[in-house]
Amino acid sequence: MRHLMSPLDFTVEELDRLLDLANDIERNPEKYAHACAGKILATLFYEPSTRTRLSFESAMLRLGGQVLGFSNAASSSAAKGESVSDTIRMISCYADICAMRHNKEGAPMVASRVSGVPVINAGDGGHQHPTQTLTDLLTIRSLKGRLNRLTIGLCGDLKFGRTVHSLINALVRYDHISFVFISPEELRIPDYIREDVLDAKGVSYREVERLEDVMGSLDILYMTRVQRERFFNEEDYVRLKDFYILDKKKMKLAGPDMLVLHPLPRVNEISVEVDSDPRAAYFRQVQFGVYVRMALILTLLEVNI
Amino acid sequence: MGVLNVGRIEEGFVLDHIQAGRSMEIYKYLNLDKLDCTVAIIKNAKSNKMGLKDIIKIECSLDYIDLDVLGFIDHSITINIIKDNEIVEKRGLTLPKEIVNVIKCRNPRCITSIEQELDHIFVLTDPEKEVYRCKYCEEKYKKK
Repeated sequence: MRHLMSPLDFTVEELDRLLDLANDIERNPEKYAHACAGKILATLFYEPSTRTRLSFESAMLRLGGQVLGFSNAASSSAAKGESVSDTIRMISCYADICAMRHNKEGAPMVASRVSGVPVINAGDGGHQHPTQTLTDLLTIRSLKGRLNRLTIGLCGDLKFGRTVHSLINALVRYDHISFVFISPEELRIPDYIREDVLDAKGVSYREVERLEDVMGSLDILYMTRVQRERFFNEEDYVRLKDFYILDKKKMKLAGPDMLVLHPLPRVNEISVEVDSDPRAAYFRQVQFGVYVRMALILTLLEVNI
Repeated sequence: MGVLNVGRIEEGFVLDHIQAGRSMEIYKYLNLDKLDCTVAIIKNAKSNKMGLKDIIKIECSLDYIDLDVLGFIDHSITINIIKDNEIVEKRGLTLPKEIVNVIKCRNPRCITSIEQELDHIFVLTDPEKEVYRCKYCEEKYKKK
């Protein structure tokens, strides 16, 4: 039985198969409409995350399965003090697969050690959010046709943003990838990513402060939100949150094929006027998120269609 | 009443080349207080190699000691195994791949901070830089 804790749990070949399956689901949804009939997905969300939870639920329902679960810790037995291990043992009796979001880092891994069903990490604190990374990879591969030979700009909160760290870890496995990190000094990429991942693998990158200076050189621009909950002090948050805003004027500097991605929700870092630009791919990215979760559920349940 | 002999031991082992001042820490991590045998701690002994060093002499079988824990604390310590008053073997230490319930994760956001009776596991992720990370949250362990 396999679980998904980190995007690196899959080899590049396994990932290719998963993304191929997601693309087939996209092209032939009716073929998969009953693939999980009789199966139940449990969504255990100790921390609210409407988008991720609904994406998982939509994925299971579109596969003909059913869902149960809770959407915050207050409505779960955790409020009574039950451990993650005990909860997952119980859930293993109710469901065939489980997606867990928890504010504590490593909670899904603790669950996977005693679970009788596959566990998917649906986000654990500032640690990992592998299905977001799978979504990003599927979006890039589907719209660009490749995962190699790309220059990827990552903009915003590069210090605390786990989606950014996961995406870097996943993309350095492909050839001829280079990164441009666009962030204020305070939110630069952490040293361990720079040293242990980029320098260790000889991946080229540069760090800049202004979005305008690099727009023309990018194949992908990955925007992130400066998250209030990652800050310990309100003053810093207010000072930094408006630092990098993407608008029509900046989009004029970009190439005709550059894609804008964003893990969403956005606050104001992408101006609404950009939404109608054909290069804005963040809402299509949400749709790819459902396809990739469908493919993941099928893979972990070992359902072959 | 027997005489405590800190000079020689008949059968047991000597932990040599301990960094001066760290012997009590090792005493604690190896749970030497729980042993019934003779344990002698020598602080600030003269050493050609190190200037000053600590030494711990223990009169019991090496089987009672967790060498992984010792390797984690300081893998430059050497172990002299003694039989019939003679050193019969000198043994080096290596960094253990995994250590369980020796150190605790200090990341307040880690699941180990709330989940009851969960083993605290650290995994060696970079042998060259001697980096250990929490198995759950992957936070790097910083030695004080």
